[in-house]
Amino acid sequence: MTSYLIQGARLLGEQTADILVDEGLIRRVGTDLAAPDGARVVDAAGLVALPGLVDIHTHLREPGREDAETVETGTRAAALGGYTAVFAMANSDPVADTAGVVEQVHELGRSAGWVDVRPVGAVTVGLRGERLSEIKAMADSRAGVRMFSDDGMCVHDPVLMRRALEYVKGFDGVVAQHAQEPRLTEGAQMNEGTVSAELGLTGWPAVAEEAVIARDVLLAEHVGSRVHICHLSTRGSVDIVRWAKQRGIDVTAEATPHHLLLTDERVRSFDPVYKVNPPLRTDEDVRALREAVADGTIDVIGTDHAPHPAEDKECEWSCAANGMTGLETALSVVQHTLVDTGLLTWRDVARITSATPARIGRLGTQGRPLAEGEPANIVLWDPAATTVVDPARHASKGRNSPYRGMELPGAVRATFFRGHPTVLDGALNTPSPDA
Amino acid sequence: MRHLLSTRDLSYDAALTILDTADQMAEVGHRSVKKLPALRGRTVVNLFFEDSTRTRISFETAAKRLSADVINFSAKGSSVSKGESLKDTAQTLAAMSADAVVIRHSASGSPQQLAESDWIDAAVVNAGDGTHEHPTQALLDAMTLRQHRARTEGRESTRGLDLEGMHVVIVGDVLHSRVARSDLWLFTTLGARVTFVAPPTLLPVGIAGWPCEVLYSLDQALEPAPDAVMMLRVQRERMHAAFFPTAHEYAREWGLTPERVAALDAAGASTAIMHPGPMNRGLEISSAAADSPRSTVLDQVRNGVSVRMSVLYLLLSGDDLDAPSTPASPGALIP
Amino acid sequence: MIDDTSAAGPSTGPSPARVILSAADIDRALTRIAHEILEANRGSSDLVLLGIPRRGYPLAQRIAAKIAATDPAFEAAASLGQLDVTMFRDDLRKNPARAPQPTRIPVQGIDGRTVVLVDDVLCSGRTVRAALDALVDVGRPRVVRLAVLVDRGHRELPIRADHVGKNLPTSSQERVRVRLTETDPDPRPAEHADCVVIETPAPAARA
Repeated sequence: MTSYLIQGARLLGEQTADILVDEGLIRRVGTDLAAPDGARVVDAAGLVALPGLVDIHTHLREPGREDAETVETGTRAAALGGYTAVFAMANSDPVADTAGVVEQVHELGRSAGWVDVRPVGAVTVGLRGERLSEIKAMADSRAGVRMFSDDGMCVHDPVLMRRALEYVKGFDGVVAQHAQEPRLTEGAQMNEGTVSAELGLTGWPAVAEEAVIARDVLLAEHVGSRVHICHLSTRGSVDIVRWAKQRGIDVTAEATPHHLLLTDERVRSFDPVYKVNPPLRTDEDVRALREAVADGTIDVIGTDHAPHPAEDKECEWSCAANGMTGLETALSVVQHTLVDTGLLTWRDVARITSATPARIGRLGTQGRPLAEGEPANIVLWDPAATTVVDPARHASKGRNSPYRGMELPGAVRATFFRGHPTVLDGALNTPSPDA
Repeated sequence: MRHLLSTRDLSYDAALTILDTADQMAEVGHRSVKKLPALRGRTVVNLFFEDSTRTRISFETAAKRLSADVINFSAKGSSVSKGESLKDTAQTLAAMSADAVVIRHSASGSPQQLAESDWIDAAVVNAGDGTHEHPTQALLDAMTLRQHRARTEGRESTRGLDLEGMHVVIVGDVLHSRVARSDLWLFTTLGARVTFVAPPTLLPVGIAGWPCEVLYSLDQALEPAPDAVMMLRVQRERMHAAFFPTAHEYAREWGLTPERVAALDAAGASTAIMHPGPMNRGLEISSAAADSPRSTVLDQVRNGVSVRMSVLYLLLSGDDLDAPSTPASPGALIP
Repeated sequence: MIDDTSAAGPSTGPSPARVILSAADIDRALTRIAHEILEANRGSSDLVLLGIPRRGYPLAQRIAAKIAATDPAFEAAASLGQLDVTMFRDDLRKNPARAPQPTRIPVQGIDGRTVVLVDDVLCSGRTVRAALDALVDVGRPRVVRLAVLVDRGHRELPIRADHVGKNLPTSSQERVRVRLTETDPDPRPAEHADCVVIETPAPAARA
């Protein structure tokens, strides 16, 4: 396996150092390292080195919707976005609610070789919210599932949610809740507020999210479990999670890049590219989410990368599919909304995009420090670059990027996955031969 | 003017041009030859994804009085019901060289999507989209209101007249009403003051930012003798979703009952009674109200044809200008 | 009328303008037209004057007043109207949409009567063609005649005026503008309260 000498990168945006990568590991970190024989030198002057990003919330669509995305295309997109691991949500077809399906997804990821693919298991059979799926079998499978979610659907039955929270304690698992009270969101099309009133689109009240989060943090406290809240989108949700953390409840929370940047004003275009679940909210919510990331109330960034084929978006708003792509733009949006605004340092970014998501998902080989002896999962990021987003150039099959035509800061120059550059000179290289 | 998608972006001048033109169109209806050659050889498609015989006939009459060829396209199987997609339908109409598409759709925003897509290059007229807007209804309501104003003020002509100083009360299911929204934007643009009256369940969250007064009591709203009261159609199904307990309670609290009409008479008010139709007699409006001399319901129907003639004429004239057109802001009506 | 006046739009910079007819010239021309009409019609019986908006109507009003002054039997109110031709034009797609003007026909109608169409400028003849079509939908006159203040040539249709205030040979580059107190209230010297001017647009304005 080729070794690489990364020269002159700013580790977590701080001191400049060289990194010697060999046999999948970080061998040395220091200044003026000499390149060993046969080592390839990567000039990283001016680039920020971060641990490979970990997406706690990705939809890879395979099996079942290979027209939207496959594990191959989705993980290529992930590598190009600086990711070295993704958690693949369970709402495939068939649903990832058995050991067989999670092992299939895991194996597809392994053979693709672009990133670690960690399947998320469904909490309930078929995401129907009626009875628990065989959670322990998925945990014990070769996929080693630790995170369970009915994402896309809410585990709204309080008894079922309680049982799930309790059950996963047995193997240090976690339930990731998609907080959406179903009755309050029947036919909902967008955030309920000034804009929905004008546009005549059925409103999606913030309380439908907040009420479920409030219930679930109290349930987690009661049964002594940890709980993860997917894609917080409202100021009220932030307040509840902040309160729960102060109270000592073991809750972690996630925000998506799009909820940190876009608001429901976008819906005035009626362009379904802005249709997403949870919906884009208001300026006030965006500000609250950014502050919550800054003060640690929100622990992680999850992309909720949700690719859709054109025909599911080229239609009337009310029948368009929910979701946006995000893997290839996430770090740019993070830099734009959190770093360039002075809310976070690059060290913080490493925490929320890599270390914490890996810890929540119990993925021990990812999200590690950039230190000698650690697995060589590294992204080299050029914060001075700018990119005009062109979804047609994305590796994802999905063209439904809400940032089309926007100029965003930063660019991935290289991604090292287990010591192998999956992305080099800003372009897709080859998958890891080791995978 | 390229499309008519909403009244929210309709300027004061554009609205008056449409109304003044509609007045001239109305005149044609009184002649023995009720036809103008303005749109000879042009094709107007009535694309209705939602049944509405009244609105379709009104547009059809309007287009025919302007000598346009009319194609009625009932696209029942829209993509909403997993039939043909809006895109395919639009491209089909483009292939048929439609000059204007009049679209009625149950999905809010569909006309705007059609106008802003590259699927078809025709002028788009919103004939009612979901619970969003119904701009030609608002225009015919405004035409009716200014006729009412001219009558009460003893004016000979309505030309150039706006609604400055008028007070209009709109009653009922504002939450689900595209008419209420379009009326609000247009009436306020033209200088009128609007009061919405409804049970709180039938008002949208987020109404606070709208340029209107909101009351829960119809009697309180009628007290100052407004220039007009518009009764919105209430769908009986709404009570199953707990928007109000019973039709009876709704009629008693928010219906225009004979007693309320009598109170207007006793107060000597000049209040006109309006309804976009079709009426639910006995629910939001009593027969006493619907059939009273105050009722402008049939004027509204008549004005509908004139306003739609005006809109089609204004949209399809000048569409072959050599001058490059100004880029349109979303949903804007560019005069 | 649209051939000459509407295309001008907002004036684009200084362009040399020559006054061709002053207020007094216009008044004399209209007096002569009024007399010609009476002569051609052998009096004022069954005479209807229909002005084509915008400037044809005030001209028709003035001619009617002059006829009434000569022939007291002539009732201006019952014999004067306005005929809007917008919807009958053949160039609707090539010009910005505009609101039509009212059409007002005397209550007795026009059937069997002598209709004199009145307009300010005759050029291509297309406005008059539209007016003849519009007239057909209103009724069936016995005779239709045409009176114009200015005939500038450049005819595109086989149409000619019966009564002309002034024949004005012009280049097609030039614009003929008629300004009347009723329709063009912008300030002008008193002797030009009504006037006809020729403008030669600056080359840049044509680009």
